[in-house]
Amino acid sequence: MSRRGDPRRGLRCSGALRWPVVGCAAFFAASCQSAGVLDPRGPVASAERLLLINATAIMLVVVVPVILATLAFAWWYRSSNPRAVRSSQLAYEGRIEFVTWSIPALTVVLLGGVIWIGSHQLDPRASIPAKAAPLRVDVVALDWKWLFIYPDQGIAAVNQLTIPVETPISFRLTSATVMNSFFVPQLGSQIYTMGGMTTHLNLLASEPGEYPGISANFSGQDFSRMRFLVKALPDSDFEAWTAEVRRGGSALDEAGFAELAKPGTIAPATYRSVAPKLFERIVEQTTAGPEKVGVTDWRSSAPQKGH
Amino acid sequence: MLGKLSWAAIPFNEPLPLVSTAVVALILLVALAIVTVKGWWPYLWREWLTSVDHKRIGVMYVSLGLVMLLRGFADALMMRSQQALAIGTAQGYLPPEHYNQIFSAHGTIMIFFVAMPLVIGLMNFVVPLQLGVRDVAFPVLNSVSFWLTAAGALLINVSLVIGNFARTGWMAYPPLSGIQFSPDVGVDYYLWSLQISGIGTLFTGINFVTTILKLRAPGMTYFRMPVFCWTALAANLLIVAAFPILTATFLMLLLDRYLGMHFFTNDAGGNQMMYVNLFWAWGHPEVYILILPAFGIFSEVAATYSGKALFSYRSMVLATLAICILSFMVWLHHFFTMGAGANVNAFFGIMSAIIAVPTGVKVFNWLFTMFRGRIVFTTPMLFLIGFIVTFVIGGLTGVLLAIPPVDFVLHNSAFLVAHFHNVIIGGVLFGVLAGYNHWFPKAFGFTLDDRLGKASFWCWLVGFYLAFMPLYVLGLMGMTRRLQHIADPSWRPWLLVAGAGAIVIFCGILCQVAQLYLSIRTREHRRDVTGDPWNGRTLEWATPSPPPAYNFAVLPRVETIDAFWEMKRKGEQRWVERRYQAIEMPRNSATGFVLSFFAVVTGFALIWHVWWIVILGLLAAAATILAFGWSDEREREISATEIARMERTRVAVGGAG
Amino acid sequence: MTTTTIEAASNRLAHQRDSGPAPTRIVVAYGFWIFILSDIVMFSALFAAYAVLAGNTAGGPTGAELFNLRNVFLMTMCLLVSSYTGGLGALSAEQRKPERFLLFAAATFVLGAAFLFLEIAEFVGMIHKGAAPSRSAFLSAFFTLVGMHGAHVTAGLIWLVYMMAQVVAKGLRAAVLRRLLCFSLFWHALDIVWVGVMTLVYLMGVQ
Repeated sequence: MSRRGDPRRGLRCSGALRWPVVGCAAFFAASCQSAGVLDPRGPVASAERLLLINATAIMLVVVVPVILATLAFAWWYRSSNPRAVRSSQLAYEGRIEFVTWSIPALTVVLLGGVIWIGSHQLDPRASIPAKAAPLRVDVVALDWKWLFIYPDQGIAAVNQLTIPVETPISFRLTSATVMNSFFVPQLGSQIYTMGGMTTHLNLLASEPGEYPGISANFSGQDFSRMRFLVKALPDSDFEAWTAEVRRGGSALDEAGFAELAKPGTIAPATYRSVAPKLFERIVEQTTAGPEKVGVTDWRSSAPQKGH
Repeated sequence: MLGKLSWAAIPFNEPLPLVSTAVVALILLVALAIVTVKGWWPYLWREWLTSVDHKRIGVMYVSLGLVMLLRGFADALMMRSQQALAIGTAQGYLPPEHYNQIFSAHGTIMIFFVAMPLVIGLMNFVVPLQLGVRDVAFPVLNSVSFWLTAAGALLINVSLVIGNFARTGWMAYPPLSGIQFSPDVGVDYYLWSLQISGIGTLFTGINFVTTILKLRAPGMTYFRMPVFCWTALAANLLIVAAFPILTATFLMLLLDRYLGMHFFTNDAGGNQMMYVNLFWAWGHPEVYILILPAFGIFSEVAATYSGKALFSYRSMVLATLAICILSFMVWLHHFFTMGAGANVNAFFGIMSAIIAVPTGVKVFNWLFTMFRGRIVFTTPMLFLIGFIVTFVIGGLTGVLLAIPPVDFVLHNSAFLVAHFHNVIIGGVLFGVLAGYNHWFPKAFGFTLDDRLGKASFWCWLVGFYLAFMPLYVLGLMGMTRRLQHIADPSWRPWLLVAGAGAIVIFCGILCQVAQLYLSIRTREHRRDVTGDPWNGRTLEWATPSPPPAYNFAVLPRVETIDAFWEMKRKGEQRWVERRYQAIEMPRNSATGFVLSFFAVVTGFALIWHVWWIVILGLLAAAATILAFGWSDEREREISATEIARMERTRVAVGGAG
Repeated sequence: MTTTTIEAASNRLAHQRDSGPAPTRIVVAYGFWIFILSDIVMFSALFAAYAVLAGNTAGGPTGAELFNLRNVFLMTMCLLVSSYTGGLGALSAEQRKPERFLLFAAATFVLGAAFLFLEIAEFVGMIHKGAAPSRSAFLSAFFTLVGMHGAHVTAGLIWLVYMMAQVVAKGLRAAVLRRLLCFSLFWHALDIVWVGVMTLVYLMGVQ
């Protein structure tokens, strides 16, 4: 029997590998801290990270012994080991059976509780309790950029989302084209944006800073460039920012939106005014049916686009 | 006249697809030339193309899967290299219009034309032998299944050079996959290719459910069947229950695209969320269709190479059936972020966690099979050990993702990509490779070189960890999937390691190619004369290697689990001179091959809107079916003298057992 | 014979359980049943789509405006009676009476063709009124679900004619009888699906 198949050989080299392993672990820990899920800057993201770590810990309690047992059994019961006790008849043992069903079952019961409670506490539609009043932001996914409308302030921005810290942001989201997903990893939960529909999300930034945002659902040609930056500012700075936006930039009226909706990418920009109820009109426009186009004969309404 | 077809469909100005197609075409032409020159066409036609023998069909399925693995893996190498290069200001070498096709093709090919054929191929070869019978319930239908799958694979490969493939990801969510946002032929290639092969797969499901439930050796009650047959039964029940959903869903998307209907459009009342629900109502059972037979293979491997019966057969069966049923109750976990609300999300999260229970039971049962056994470290055994270690990690991350609020930050990220590759490579692929090494001698009469087998195992294992562990980290760092360009330079070291992992896996594949080549070259030194090279426990090892067309001259009488082990224990002579009876075996049939030829023609014509060819193709297919449906002489008799002669020859070669 | 009838029957059953591969007739029927189940799964997906989209009329015609229940009743009667004649045909075949089989098969065909004629007339009428499948999601779902059933009926009629030809050419031999058994299963299953369509689409749609 070949010794080359020995899965435990690697462990004997542990002495020489010690420093590279430590180095990798440190690098790993440092990397995970950078701008991602493990570096939360808001209560939603913090709660989600806590869930992730706790659930992982609970499961590692089962998984690590299983991995060690696998390697140990394989090694110990190798056919060349004279000291191993063999038993060709061990095909059933009630006590082992009881344990093999109980361990996963108990783990799952525990996780089930975590799932139920966590899903309700972190429901995207749940508003976040805070001292400040919520700020409403309407999000529209376009090809291939993000439009942010502040309906109460009457301004808008593209590919940049400036928000006040410690303020719950109450999002309404939609897409003017295909399915996207609005996601700021350091602030927490993502949510799909879909044409003709409105989804809801609540997030809060607890510290000032700049947080990258992306689309987390593939949407076509320039999908990887569909990035935006969330800037969380202290309250007074946010007021100053809204005032500054109203002083410059173009107006997001019908023509401005038509221009924006053309496929392509765009640098971050702001709009000093927004057409009233623009979000609602975009949702409605995306579902515009053929009666508005005046077609009734299905043969002639068959698609001629493309070729 | 030719619909949308024109010379513009061929990418003369794009070197990559053109060159790769030229290479493949050259290889094909050389292969065809060799076959012609050596006069092998009659042999190929008689013994393979028109064969309805489950063993031949199984070999063809596995061959198809392995060849398509090369294509799918080439896509993977391109994706890894693009992501390692296109960071920051660098743009890489694959613009979005190519990259987006490549990852779509990678996923589609790996699931439908690698994993499915490999799993179905092994079930085809092994199940009738393990059941102690001569073939599946419907042998001609079996041939149709294989050739329709091959037809789908051909169509997808044609998209490389004529037109383009879908740029939507392998799930093809609308509205992106609808006619408004994907007006070109790409999504049509995807849909027709999968509809055609989907019919083949459905027929496999019907065939194997009937075979396992109605065709077993005398005395083989349900609880004396090998565990691999139980997992095959569960997987095929899932095929019967899930694939029609995919057929209906793709039909609706096709109607949207071809006839302007509004199932999934943004306007006129279409509902894109319904596609997502329907797709995953198929999609989740699909992954269990893949993994359950792999679990079955590992059960066989664990018992055989520990020299010990599988621990707790009954709870293995119970766990298998539990997984089968539960797999229909978890589909929403693929889109927790679509906004269904806390109660719905929590329900599906809990159901998804529950499915970890029977899976965990199986892992413990394999462990206790090894416990107090006498373990031999063959290549399949190494794959088993690698599988257990790797799969439980994948299972951990899976249960993590089943927690909706955790999924909210990990959905569609590189973490998700790492998770599913973790369970598919660590589970399905390792299982198939273990099965390939385990049953190869039975199929071809000589063993595979074990050293190269082990080398390929280590390359796959190390390569997998190098390629996908960084992706877990990247997902936590905020990287989403399907990115053609990477903005954050701090991700570079991880992407480089992932790229290195892909190269190590490539070495593993090279080892396997070398293993096959070398084993064929040195096969005389490695002949399996006894038919039982591994001291096996189940009935397939009671036949010679390779088995005759009729498998068993006399159907074995089964009295226990591990029927062959029991026969050996009682010292039964396997091959004994006795009076044989004539056996009726199914005749060859060209139905499958011909039907699939017309399927390819019709599919291609549908994609390119060449309606007159569509009509002709459908009529020709109908004629083929009607011709088959008229025939009554579908069997040929092998006389008793012929059987006696074949059995006597075998005894002379291999001994009487 | 010294064993009682019950004992003999239970011995036979026990023997069957242990007696190895089932006979061809059982295997074929069983396999076809599984196929029918898979077909019903496919219809279920189309029913689900219809249920989701039934209210999405996008400002266009609704079921209440379009459905003609008298027509639906006629179609249902055609199909149900055709199942009855089909059953009589199956019995004739089992009794090895080819002429009677052909008679009932012809009746089944005529009734099935009548069903199709009424259905196609309904579709054409709707399209002329502007209620085409491309008009709204509701209509897409309606035409696809009902049309898919109609396509199955069409395939069944072609199959029926084909089987009649086989009976004429080859008589009621074992292979032909097996295929007739499959056809019967298919035809009755279509009936069951139609009951679903009639209830969920038409009866609930006019409210």
